[in-house]
Amino acid sequence: MVKKSVHEINKKIEDGSVNVVTAEEMVGIVENLGVEGAAKEVDVVTTGTFGAMCSSGLMLNLGHSEPPIKIQKAWFNNVEAYSGLAAVDAYLGAAQISETRGIQYGGAHVIEDLLRGKEIKVHATSYGTDCYPRKRLDTRITLDDLNEAVLINPRNAYQKYNAATNSSKRILNTYMGELLPNFGNVTYSGAGVLSPLSNDPSYETIGTGTRIFMGGAQGYVIGNGTQHSPSSGFGTLMLKGNLKEMSPEYLRAASFTGYGSTLYMGIGIPIPILNEKLAAATAVRDEDINTSVLDYAVGSRDKPVIRQVNYAELRSGSVQIEGKDVPTSSLSSFKNARKIANELKDWVEHGKFFVSMPVERLCSEGSAKPMKETQAVPLVKDVMSDFFVTIKKDQTAQDAAKKIWENSFNHLAVVSDTGELVGILTAWDISKAVAENIFDSVESIMTKRVLTCAPNEPVDLAARRLDRYGVSAMPVIDTQRKVLGIITSDNISKLLARRY
Amino acid sequence: MKIKICIPTEKIHDPIISESIIETGIRLNIMVANIDSTYGELIADVKDFRFDKIKNALEVRGAIVSILDQPIHWDEEECVECGACISVCPMNVYSFDEDWNLCVAEKKCIQCGMCIKMCPHGALKLGE
Repeated sequence: MVKKSVHEINKKIEDGSVNVVTAEEMVGIVENLGVEGAAKEVDVVTTGTFGAMCSSGLMLNLGHSEPPIKIQKAWFNNVEAYSGLAAVDAYLGAAQISETRGIQYGGAHVIEDLLRGKEIKVHATSYGTDCYPRKRLDTRITLDDLNEAVLINPRNAYQKYNAATNSSKRILNTYMGELLPNFGNVTYSGAGVLSPLSNDPSYETIGTGTRIFMGGAQGYVIGNGTQHSPSSGFGTLMLKGNLKEMSPEYLRAASFTGYGSTLYMGIGIPIPILNEKLAAATAVRDEDINTSVLDYAVGSRDKPVIRQVNYAELRSGSVQIEGKDVPTSSLSSFKNARKIANELKDWVEHGKFFVSMPVERLCSEGSAKPMKETQAVPLVKDVMSDFFVTIKKDQTAQDAAKKIWENSFNHLAVVSDTGELVGILTAWDISKAVAENIFDSVESIMTKRVLTCAPNEPVDLAARRLDRYGVSAMPVIDTQRKVLGIITSDNISKLLARRY
Repeated sequence: MKIKICIPTEKIHDPIISESIIETGIRLNIMVANIDSTYGELIADVKDFRFDKIKNALEVRGAIVSILDQPIHWDEEECVECGACISVCPMNVYSFDEDWNLCVAEKKCIQCGMCIKMCPHGALKLGE
């Protein structure tokens, strides 16, 4: 039985005899020496991760103006910060976007610009009080001018993350990057073998109060992150660190096309090897960390799982989906994760960083709940027209024209002999056939690639699809492609008219 | 060499590409083709010494031909070497070496621009 204390390890750091390895190196050490041997040999294992962490932000204090102002609303380079705090405190979220430059520039970019020593434009407004009479303020500041500039990141360093793909026929722009149609690619995030929480999955040494590497400076874990879901292996951390001590090498603003701005944070956590259990945990390999590939074509909260996958597969460059090799892209930087683990190793070896035990353990069970919603979301089946007119694909264009005329209904659902939806035919298609003098079967003049929706889809998703493809109606079908109804832009307008 | 062929709206119904290939006998290796009812843009590979002849044949028919001699510009300062670009590039311009350094084979680039939208750090640009 190996038993070491943080105090003993810190003594070794002080006298320079400490043995530090990265989590990548630990894999081979445990293979060679066994768990007990490795626990005796190794004192500290360093981890690292460098990726997009949207739930990050800067708590700052501007100092008091003359005359003083109690800031109600504040903007930094036209990015709004929350200032419903004491007079000159504000919290600038990384994902907030600029009111003038849009998603290309956000809170994350302001934070990086501050860190790079750039001057930032501040605009603030207030209602004025006896003690804070001023109502407007415009100034320019740099990082040095702020009393405090502290990153307080509510959710960082995900233990692991779901990978993303896209079954639809169009490109999706998401926070997981550009997802190509027909399972054209898979994107993923996380450092796998180097991931901090994956190397201490029972949160024995990582908890409230743990000293860490954060953006190139020393920071602290201040609790579990928001949406902490340890039961499913998706633990998260809430972190704090002083921006004034950080380096732009480990803190970078980014913007995902069609999504918005985010902050790439470099985080490293040292794990003191106090016992065999920790030695075994820090020997975790990419192939031991499993996650799911989710289909982002489904715009709902619960996205279908396409398959299970491990980080070794993701990092190999391709994964198999439906028998096809699909290329993968990492959104986090493994090279930088490794750099962080090595930098932290160097700090510990040179007595510049001491390990710590948490003052409070993180909870190691439980899952994040979905939102409680008190207003029912209308579903397609609630607003669709049950009345619809079908036509067989081998009927004539004239039959179709007659049906449209008799029923005064503009969209005919074209079905096969067995009743499956095969196309859609509108008055416009018939006009076109007449204009071109083609009077063949319905099949030859119908639109074959039909947009459809399912009865249990939220209306908002159907509306977004109608809008994106510029069509006015979609058949509602079941899983056997039997037509159940039709949803038109009229149905949606009526829903909105009732709502407001 | 990689060339870009633009077909303006008023010529979109003419079989410009086929006619030019038949007339010159020059094989165009078409790598990207975006054609709809309003505009057409193709990227193709052609042997250097054949370029003048095919350019002439295409331009007589109303197409606009340009040489793609400026591949993607990679800003190594902005790049964090995440590798987001790797899976969206149709030409496999991007790859990792064994140390997870990003390698950019600019010569393979056909300037389709897919990677520009993908890069979270704005480290890839065209036309510079």
